[in-house]
Amino acid sequence: MKTSTISREVIWNLLRQVKDPEVPVLDIAELGVLRDVTFNEDRILITITPTYSGCPAMNAIEQEIKSTLKENGIENFSIKTIFSPAWTTDWMTDDAKQKLKDYGISPPSQTAEQRIQSLLEGKSKTVQCPFCNSTETKITSAFGSTACKALHYCNNCHQPFEEFKCH
Amino acid sequence: MEIENYQMKESLFEYCLRLGDTSLILGHRLSEWCGHGPILEEDIAMANLSLDLIGQSRMILSYAGETEGKGRTDDDLAYHRDAMQYRNVLLAEQPNGDFALTMTRQFFISVYNFYLYEALKKSKDKNIAAFAEKSLKEVIYHVRHSSDWMLRLGDGTEESHARAQNAVDDLWIFTDDLFQMDHVDELLIKEGIAADLNIIKAKWKAHVEEVLKKAALSFPQINNFMRTGSREGKHTEHLGYILAEMQFLPRAYPDAKW
Repeated sequence: MKTSTISREVIWNLLRQVKDPEVPVLDIAELGVLRDVTFNEDRILITITPTYSGCPAMNAIEQEIKSTLKENGIENFSIKTIFSPAWTTDWMTDDAKQKLKDYGISPPSQTAEQRIQSLLEGKSKTVQCPFCNSTETKITSAFGSTACKALHYCNNCHQPFEEFKCH
Repeated sequence: MEIENYQMKESLFEYCLRLGDTSLILGHRLSEWCGHGPILEEDIAMANLSLDLIGQSRMILSYAGETEGKGRTDDDLAYHRDAMQYRNVLLAEQPNGDFALTMTRQFFISVYNFYLYEALKKSKDKNIAAFAEKSLKEVIYHVRHSSDWMLRLGDGTEESHARAQNAVDDLWIFTDDLFQMDHVDELLIKEGIAADLNIIKAKWKAHVEEVLKKAALSFPQINNFMRTGSREGKHTEHLGYILAEMQFLPRAYPDAKW
């Protein structure tokens, strides 16, 4: 396929097939990892940003982007990683948040700025259980199975659950 | 003009190593807890902190390599320098000891990183600013996590209090090293790139003192026998052992890939 005949929208939609390997209900656009698709003459430039600095999924995501494009006959591209603006859960749409909840992960419920304030002031926040919607929950650990999640426990339905941290 | 440029480049390279090496070595130290944590949640938490720190170091060491302009990558810098060429603060390389010591070391460095990155967010070097902006968000969690532990340990049982106080006292002599400045800082502060560590020191002291007080721990008054030297690569004996373990594989099998 000649790059000149492909639009940005086509590439963007193709890349939405790439899911977060650790939270497979979200694609990289919904997650905010995919920042931009631009063209430099015939070359496509894909710009991505990591969620957390040490997120081990980034390598897998990059590989997946490469294979998805190649499978669709697109060879002339490069991938660039940027760090600024720093990734934030504020970029996540309501639709993406609903998908997280349906998957059993409590979605981010504050803005990153609010979260930072409460962390600095030593306050804890109420996290809603994704299973029974109760707010009678407690945090077990701010660090979960992946960098982006925290562990909680619901005192109402007695289920442990994960929260996608506000970041 | 050319000499000035050269000095600038050298200083920037050096400065990036200081930032990157501290994160790398502390990250490596924390990773030693993996599978040995006192409880599962803490095992996972320390591995998470470690991952953040190693990720942060990759970001800034890659930039160090670019600045140097000799084609060295983050991996080259991590695996192919010896102890004398490492610029991490002495505190980061101190052995894990017991959990109280690990958390105290984490608390001291996290608070330091917090104020340092807050200042570096405004750095005129856009790569350093981006590194600081990104890292700061993660460091806020590290500050909260280690502060919570200082409170629980310090204001906990007789034994936890004694262990936390011992850790504070033992690590104290390495805290001055965090704030040492030389010609590198001087040049980069003038250019609006680096942070003035005297300002960071005042903020750090006030913050640490407040948390220790809440944790019923005493703030050491000793200012003698403070150990410094990391800026010139004068490390404690512990760094060599870390590097021996960390660097063995890439040195023994130079083309090894995962």
